[in-house]
Amino acid sequence: MSAFYKNVIGAREGLAGLLVLAALVFVVFPLFLDVFRLNLVGKYLTYAFVAVGLVMCWGYGGILSLGQGVFFGLGGYCMAMFLKLEASTPEATAIQSTPGIPDFMDWNQVTALPWFWEPFRSLPLALLATVLVPALLALVLGAAMFKRRVGEVYFAIVTQAVALILSVLIIGQQGYTGGVNGITDLKTMLGWDIRSDGARLVLYYVNGALLFACILFGRFLLASKLGKLLIAMRDKEERVRFSGYDVANFKVFVFCVAAVFAAIGGAMFTLQVGFMSPSFVGIVPSIEMVIFAAVGGRLSLLGAVYGALIVNFGKSYFSETFPELWLFLMGGLFIAVVMAFPNGLAGIYKDYVRPRLARAAAGKGKAKRAAPAGEPA
Amino acid sequence: MKVAPEVKVQEFALYVEGLTVSFNGFVAVDGLNLYVNKGETRVVIGPNGAGKTTVLDLICGRTKATAGSIRFNDVELTRMSEHEIVRAGVGRKFQTPSIYETLSVRENLEVSFPRGRTVFGALAFRITPDVVERVEQVAGEIFLADMLDQPAELLSHGQKQWLEIGMLLMQSPELMMLDEPVAGMSVSEREKTAELLNRIGRDRSMIVIEHDMEFVKHIAHKVTVLHQGKVLAEGSMDHVQNDPRVIEVYLGH
Amino acid sequence: MESFSDLGAILLMQGFNGLSVFSVLLLMALGLALIFGQMGVINMAHGEFLAIGAYTTYLMSTVVQAHAPGFMPYYFLFAVVAAFAVAFAVGWLVEWLMIRHLYRRPLDTLLATWGLSLIIQQALRSVFGPREVSPELPEWLMGSWQPLDGVDIPINGLFVMALSFVMTGGLLLALFRSTWGLHVRATVQNRLMSGAVGIDTRRVDRVTFALGCGIAGMGGAAFTTIGATGPTSGSLYIVDTFLTVVFGGAASLFGTVASAFLIAQTQSVSEFFMTGSMAKVLTLSAIVVILMLRPQGLFSIKTRK
Repeated sequence: MSAFYKNVIGAREGLAGLLVLAALVFVVFPLFLDVFRLNLVGKYLTYAFVAVGLVMCWGYGGILSLGQGVFFGLGGYCMAMFLKLEASTPEATAIQSTPGIPDFMDWNQVTALPWFWEPFRSLPLALLATVLVPALLALVLGAAMFKRRVGEVYFAIVTQAVALILSVLIIGQQGYTGGVNGITDLKTMLGWDIRSDGARLVLYYVNGALLFACILFGRFLLASKLGKLLIAMRDKEERVRFSGYDVANFKVFVFCVAAVFAAIGGAMFTLQVGFMSPSFVGIVPSIEMVIFAAVGGRLSLLGAVYGALIVNFGKSYFSETFPELWLFLMGGLFIAVVMAFPNGLAGIYKDYVRPRLARAAAGKGKAKRAAPAGEPA
Repeated sequence: MKVAPEVKVQEFALYVEGLTVSFNGFVAVDGLNLYVNKGETRVVIGPNGAGKTTVLDLICGRTKATAGSIRFNDVELTRMSEHEIVRAGVGRKFQTPSIYETLSVRENLEVSFPRGRTVFGALAFRITPDVVERVEQVAGEIFLADMLDQPAELLSHGQKQWLEIGMLLMQSPELMMLDEPVAGMSVSEREKTAELLNRIGRDRSMIVIEHDMEFVKHIAHKVTVLHQGKVLAEGSMDHVQNDPRVIEVYLGH
Repeated sequence: MESFSDLGAILLMQGFNGLSVFSVLLLMALGLALIFGQMGVINMAHGEFLAIGAYTTYLMSTVVQAHAPGFMPYYFLFAVVAAFAVAFAVGWLVEWLMIRHLYRRPLDTLLATWGLSLIIQQALRSVFGPREVSPELPEWLMGSWQPLDGVDIPINGLFVMALSFVMTGGLLLALFRSTWGLHVRATVQNRLMSGAVGIDTRRVDRVTFALGCGIAGMGGAAFTTIGATGPTSGSLYIVDTFLTVVFGGAASLFGTVASAFLIAQTQSVSEFFMTGSMAKVLTLSAIVVILMLRPQGLFSIKTRK
């Protein structure tokens, strides 16, 4: 139990952080927000999955992936395909020239369901695909790149290329994928209407729970020897290699984990928002997902969630009130985070806020705790 | 002066034969032959650019040879990848101390423990009492027993060198290769390092590159002088220091 | 006999089309090859410098039209020079303000320059509006050349090609024959030594970066002859441009030329057989796969470790 407490929860400080976020996500937001706004927060929290994954592969592993939208999208599309097939029963689509297939296929003169859609009739298979397809892609990409010792810069560029390729492919093959509009009009999951208020509430909580599961898994990973190795590889990759470790395998692993997290986020997005489109797959959304992690603090799993929430709140607010200002702000954010605040909000908290809190607590006579050598992320 | 240990059967631990590597036409190592006994401490010296570091790079796999063979314990190293060579029992220390600055001394040593080297092994790795014991034992050997919980970046240059040696010791390598281990160390630190190397050299073969001749005298069983990628002279320290070719190469040009 | 010459005409025009795409890609990639290849700096805002050059041309066109309409037939070449100058100046400023603090951090440079690209895009949008604009092109750039019956070669395409060849030649000459070029190559190969022998490496960096941006600006001016410009025009091809440079072997300008040629031809030929988007997917995928097999690109300079 104590190892779990120390490694996964992160001891007292980690517990406090987790509790604060849990209170915010599970209590405060549902209490003060109506279902519509709560759904919006749920949407932002799906982006947090990607950000949390990036903390692990970028912050700790040093692997900057500018194509996480690919995995987010793949997870989302897998879920969307299942939901779309469910909504495209022969009865529901009786007016189409070919009933029983999704509407956009009918508009594009597709007359039979493509073979790769067939497995998505089954929910278990769809769920499996949500996790396996992105993981497999990450495995192939990662193995090809890291075994060849491709540099971090080239890797970033190639991930951008993959994001571009997938988004162009999806948009170009609109008969099979729904094209630029994506897959829309999703209604029910195994008969349960996901558009109802009740469903949205349930999905919000499921989303939150999954997010916390990912965070705890991430904590477990980072507290293990693997986590220390990631830090070591970021510091002196050669030394790790010459200590008998096949560095590439570790990089591939953490890249796959980040991919799976992103995919879960994508699937939850589809469920909560009711559609998935290529606008989440390409270069621009993928780089935006990086900024969520960067603002929160690339070394902080919890920070990533806050980063995702804050940047997206900012985006909705500014895009409505000062649309011209928003891109300036976001551009400025990228620059500020790189030049002034490399560890984001979590770094600011650690360097400025926490010492003050510790001093205040010490002033009240409580025992001063020195910062532990292994920080909870 | 060190006396070479008695070797009954002429069976070397390391056979380097015909080792050659060239970079864009420049031949850095030229048909090198080197034979190291079990338990021997071989010091490699030579002027800058002689190819000393390159030889270590070739043995540990950091550079790929263009020709030649490196056999260690009957295993051909030239075909293996770096981490495989390490697992075959070869440890390499770099010229500039290569430690994990963001981790503590203890964590540096723990991470170098030769268990849990695969992804899932590393995930499942638990710091059991035997690990703790080994870490503390090695820390004692490298004079860092009371620095275990310090962040490695706070160590002095000499202590960082020792830490890197300690990280290698954790792997229990049969062949240890050290590139200028006392560079930047004070006189007392050098003495301690000589004592350390003699201690750990008892149980393994060692190749050491060094420039400090006093230090070399204290640790070397045998000395090899390299020049322009080839062996210029070989033998005891006295023999080598009095060799006219060696003198010319160091003082001549 | 008829169909044979028809086929010939089509092949010629298709070949020209391939060359045209090649020169466009080359123009975009040249400046980037200089900055990324020689300096190792990832400038995600490279496309925006292209846009700056294009908008400068447009601005000049509007101003000349309004105040000195008689000058219209001659303004274009001045506009090209102006595009270079403006982009060069902005690049100079950007290097001084931002890039020089990030030299040893390529991933951070990537993110910071992405932020810069957003800022420049929005600035262009705020000043010029979100819709695409085009400068008034002089007469001599319009129309087409007909060397043979049935073969129509657009003149603006020829202009772009000519400009890209001139610029490549000029850059190669500068890099290998001028003092500046010598300083750049020295700084890239051994910064410490270069500084020690008195080369002002900071200044070399700044000039090189600004030059890369200036070249992009000129490219932007050239683009106005073949398409309209909007605030996001620069970002459309940034990934292609990076891939071109990386594929050719980042350190080799000659590699960039070869890479642009191969990629352009592959894209053009594929478009013959499939839709535009599938051709793009195919070309990009091929590049990615080849890069995975040979990460150093087509032409790599082997260095001693």
